[in-house]
Amino acid sequence: MTRASETTLAPAPVEVQKGWGGQSVRRKEDKRLLQGEGVFVDDVKRHGMGYLHFVRSPYAHAHISRVDVSAAEAIDGVYGTLTGEEVAALTDPFFQISSAPGANIKDFSLAVGKVRYVGEPVVAVVAETRELARDASELVEVDYEPLPALVDARRAQDSDAPVLHDDADGNLMWTGLYSWGDFDAALAEADRVVKIPELHFHRFNSTPLECDGALVEFNRGVGQWTIHTNNQFPGFAAIMMGPAMKVGLDKLRFVTQDIGGGFGNKITSHPQLVVCCLLARKLNRPVQWTEWRTDFHLSMSHGNERWFHDTEVAVKDDGTLLGFRTKALDDAGAWLRYEPLGGVIWAQVTPGMYRWRHIELDFTQVATNKAPVSPNRGYSRMQHLWFTERVMDIVAHELDIDPVEVRKRNYIRAEDMPYETPNGCVYDSGDYAAMLDLALELIDYGSMAAKRAEAEARGKRLGVGIGSTLDSGTNNFGQSRLINPELQFSGNNEVATVKLDIFGEIVVTLGTTPQGQGHETTAAQVVADILSCSPDDVHVRAGHDSYWNSHAGFSGTYASQFAVTGLSAVKGATEMLAAEIKKLAGAVFGGVPAESLELADGGVRIKESPDAFLPFMACGAIINANNAGLPEDLDVTLNCRYVYRPPFEVPDVERKFGNLTLTYAAQIHVAVVEVDPETGAYEIVDYAAVDDCGKRINPQIVEGQVMGATAQALGAAVHETYEYDEDGNLLTPNFYDYHVPHALDMPPLATGAIESPSPFTPLGTKGMGEGGGAGIHAICAAIQDATGQVVTDSHNPYQRVWRLLQEAKA
Amino acid sequence: MDVTVTVNGTAYERDVEPRKLLIHFLRDDLDLTGSHIGCDTGNCGACSVIVDGVLVKSCMLLAVQADGASVETVEGLSEDGELTRLQQAFNEHHALQCGYCTPGMLMSATALLREQPSPSDDEIKKALQGNICRCTGYWNIFEAVKSVAK
Repeated sequence: MTRASETTLAPAPVEVQKGWGGQSVRRKEDKRLLQGEGVFVDDVKRHGMGYLHFVRSPYAHAHISRVDVSAAEAIDGVYGTLTGEEVAALTDPFFQISSAPGANIKDFSLAVGKVRYVGEPVVAVVAETRELARDASELVEVDYEPLPALVDARRAQDSDAPVLHDDADGNLMWTGLYSWGDFDAALAEADRVVKIPELHFHRFNSTPLECDGALVEFNRGVGQWTIHTNNQFPGFAAIMMGPAMKVGLDKLRFVTQDIGGGFGNKITSHPQLVVCCLLARKLNRPVQWTEWRTDFHLSMSHGNERWFHDTEVAVKDDGTLLGFRTKALDDAGAWLRYEPLGGVIWAQVTPGMYRWRHIELDFTQVATNKAPVSPNRGYSRMQHLWFTERVMDIVAHELDIDPVEVRKRNYIRAEDMPYETPNGCVYDSGDYAAMLDLALELIDYGSMAAKRAEAEARGKRLGVGIGSTLDSGTNNFGQSRLINPELQFSGNNEVATVKLDIFGEIVVTLGTTPQGQGHETTAAQVVADILSCSPDDVHVRAGHDSYWNSHAGFSGTYASQFAVTGLSAVKGATEMLAAEIKKLAGAVFGGVPAESLELADGGVRIKESPDAFLPFMACGAIINANNAGLPEDLDVTLNCRYVYRPPFEVPDVERKFGNLTLTYAAQIHVAVVEVDPETGAYEIVDYAAVDDCGKRINPQIVEGQVMGATAQALGAAVHETYEYDEDGNLLTPNFYDYHVPHALDMPPLATGAIESPSPFTPLGTKGMGEGGGAGIHAICAAIQDATGQVVTDSHNPYQRVWRLLQEAKA
Repeated sequence: MDVTVTVNGTAYERDVEPRKLLIHFLRDDLDLTGSHIGCDTGNCGACSVIVDGVLVKSCMLLAVQADGASVETVEGLSEDGELTRLQQAFNEHHALQCGYCTPGMLMSATALLREQPSPSDDEIKKALQGNICRCTGYWNIFEAVKSVAK
């Protein structure tokens, strides 16, 4: 686990920027977190609060014939309960994103009449202590009539398959055909067609170390709930919860502070938050809910499992790929909590990194008796990019061409940027071939032949594998219309406010909900550069509070966008403030025009006579507390709010065409493995990760994201999987059975970076942090290289590699 | 049951339920919320504290078992609000992102460095093996601990 020093290529035409942006400024968040003084959701307490525990389904699929909470409620210290029947009476089903048939399902915050996966919440119990709530839950009587379970999505549309949702008249939730270019023409032009019967991307998620939770208070006087939570996308939770609870969004105040990891897995806690709200009102006391680890594994935010069937690839003999056709089958689990958006999100990166123009993908999403899926780091693009990378290596295998060569022959070239993909996305910048060269250099690719021989001499088989991802960021929510043309979402937005307070304090509020991405630090760097001060002078409020008026419909931290949406909002608000400071100073100095003024040393001064200096403290004091005599028409508040709105058009729904995200950061990983041919056990002996996310505001934070994403990828590739038995029982419901990497599991890692600034964003930045999928594929490819067998699954524990080796022998 | 536990030098007397876990005692009864809970199986190490000089996962110990013991938690590491060398090293090496595992990591590393001020690379990794981090991939945590080893 030693780390080579970071290698950075000389940046292309990067604007040389002086100042704080671009420096690895130490994080402002760290001091409180290192001293145990962070405030995570389970740290929030209120007088008289009750602890909530969920009674969960032991069956994957069953009718509920009777619920009796009387024995639980009779216990001293039990404050009350909530049943599915009450939820159905008090709330409407959640709004569905899907068009029919998925649109027709009725999703409530507790099971109503039927359970559809093991671990589904059925009843909530609130009591004086955590332990009592748990004990009382054991006394809730629920009678079930078990039904056959559907656990294999490939059987979902069979005529005899158990049906989860009668309202949808079957298990099909959403389907759509995507076709761009002319694949039949590509087949005619091709020298050969490579056929791949089945590829499978497995079910796992990022398992943030802090589980979900909330402390909810109800203010009876004004009918408003305050929801202290670690939900990472309050804007989404609000639009799900408000209509279901039949209240306006002003009645739902969301407050977050420190969040113990999210990775997309904390987007869809809205059903549990509704239960907390209903109980806080019913019991007239604050309600606290902290999810147990086993509950998280059983019920929360699994990543999308996906198959690719009957793939055909149109190939020229020289390794040029013309296009592909495939059928994607996606397993949504029991409910559509964010789905079927996965059915379009993949299209942000339709061709991956390659120039093929003829693409046909038939997407089908079905329901199964498993935990609902929802966004997971690399959401939906990871599955698709793994597929495109698999195609590259399988074609290379079939044509007996070096995978490096196949990639270089087909990469979108630096000179093609900005590049419009077959479906109208515009890749903003990048040089994939240069990234691959750097990654190969970092693992000393030239020495591989010798290392292969050396490993062979030790009885091991060495394999090298490449994996790539595009970390598309800053969503155009108009893509949701490709799923359901009725939806009225499009574009994106984020908010920041920056103000100068009475003693000259620079105070920043963000609409985002960071979970470790260092927003307080990078925002302070951007502000400091504009106001000519130090990041230490900038106070960035921790967390999110919808009372701060610094949020908009899409506020939150998800889908790789802070460096674009969040920091652009910060930049906009700070530039407004800088202009106001100059306007004020101009008036104070007796009519000096703004262009004669400059910000410096914590204040504003006249360029030509720097002794005429007004410190920020004076500016703040004048506007806030000493403003008599200022000119009547002086339009200055020193409290500036800016909404950044990225430049997007509504996509063409008929052609399924348009730019679906604003930026396209890229990652290329290379893994070197040594396989023991006797056992299938393998070790990752070398590893390189190269990232290009445009202008980096804080390179150390960017590198931290690269490392973390890599570790998650390696965990998913080798160990992590949500496996179910045939009855729908999850076999990996905790960290005993769901092995996440430990310190000893980590291979040597070298990181590298290239900076291709985005021409489309105010700071040249691109959102990043989700690029771990590259690692999953790099391991698959390395195993294929080592064993000589085509790898068809994203998850390759040792026993699967052993089976590959047996197939090779046979 | 009545227990007396000294935490970071302060003695606390409390009446606790016999089944209450030490981590819940620290967090809920004493309001020392720096130690965290990340699992319910003893795997993650976010609740690691030092009890009478021995590193333990405080979810694997009942509060009554700590009766008479001296407990050290993350809140007791720094004096007068100043970061220790180890805490500074975590900051410099970007060894934390969300910060949820960090208190446990610091306690494990503290226990290691007390016992072995000059640990080998392998000893550092083994000492951190009982602590799960989902953000950093461990590389920077390893570098931070290594940088303060003698």
